[in-house]
Amino acid sequence: MQNGVNFTKKNISLPISRVRLIMKSSPDVSSINQDALFLTTKATELFVQHLALSSFNNGSGKETNSLSYSDLATTAEETETFHFLTDILPKKILARDYLKSLEQMQEEEGDF
Amino acid sequence: MAERPEDLNLPNAVITRIIKEALPDGVNVSKEARRAISQAASVFVLYATSCANNFAMKAKRKTLNAGDVMAAMEEMEFERFLEPLREALEVYKKGQKGKKEVSEQKRKDREKKVDSESREEEEEEEEEEERMEEEAEGEAEEEEVEN
Repeated sequence: MQNGVNFTKKNISLPISRVRLIMKSSPDVSSINQDALFLTTKATELFVQHLALSSFNNGSGKETNSLSYSDLATTAEETETFHFLTDILPKKILARDYLKSLEQMQEEEGDF
Repeated sequence: MAERPEDLNLPNAVITRIIKEALPDGVNVSKEARRAISQAASVFVLYATSCANNFAMKAKRKTLNAGDVMAAMEEMEFERFLEPLREALEVYKKGQKGKKEVSEQKRKDREKKVDSESREEEEEEEEEEERMEEEAEGEAEEEEVEN
């Protein structure tokens, strides 16, 4: 065994195999080389850090020292690089407001 | 192969750890936030893959390579990732090279051993042949002498 301390050897925490599974579910992707797989995994880790920190700094939880879902939704909406997340991080609305807008939509459709 | 939805998720424990390490100490992260970040990470992988794949297809390649991923990051406006990614890749490649060398060396050692064993056999065979030839010559000489 060369080195006693291993912490530099594995510089990622996410399982490459799982990331590979997700990548392969993408249409048109035939094969992925080892380096590309590693980079995607590492990039995902960087992304998680970036999303968490941005949302925390940007959000209302700073006073209460917390990170909540709405901080994330806000960040997705307000920050360009996170726009691709708006579908999966929708802002939450009150049920009654939703029902009201649903009624309005039905009324509009009824006009046809 | 049918993938269950859970299979396309990343392990919660690891995601949680990465979040905690990114935030200042003691920040309380709600369960909902954690789940949302995990889902966002999966979507990120898909988006990055799709983007990288476009670059590969443009270059008429079927295999996604490192360059495609880096190009995708730029395209997605995550330039801040480029430098740390390059550094991490260096470390990774060195590690892979080390592993490869170790297994190469083991293979060479095994081959040398097999080689030397078979060479010993060859040498023995050659010596055998020489001895037999000498015996044959010896017999022929004896015959001549007798004649």
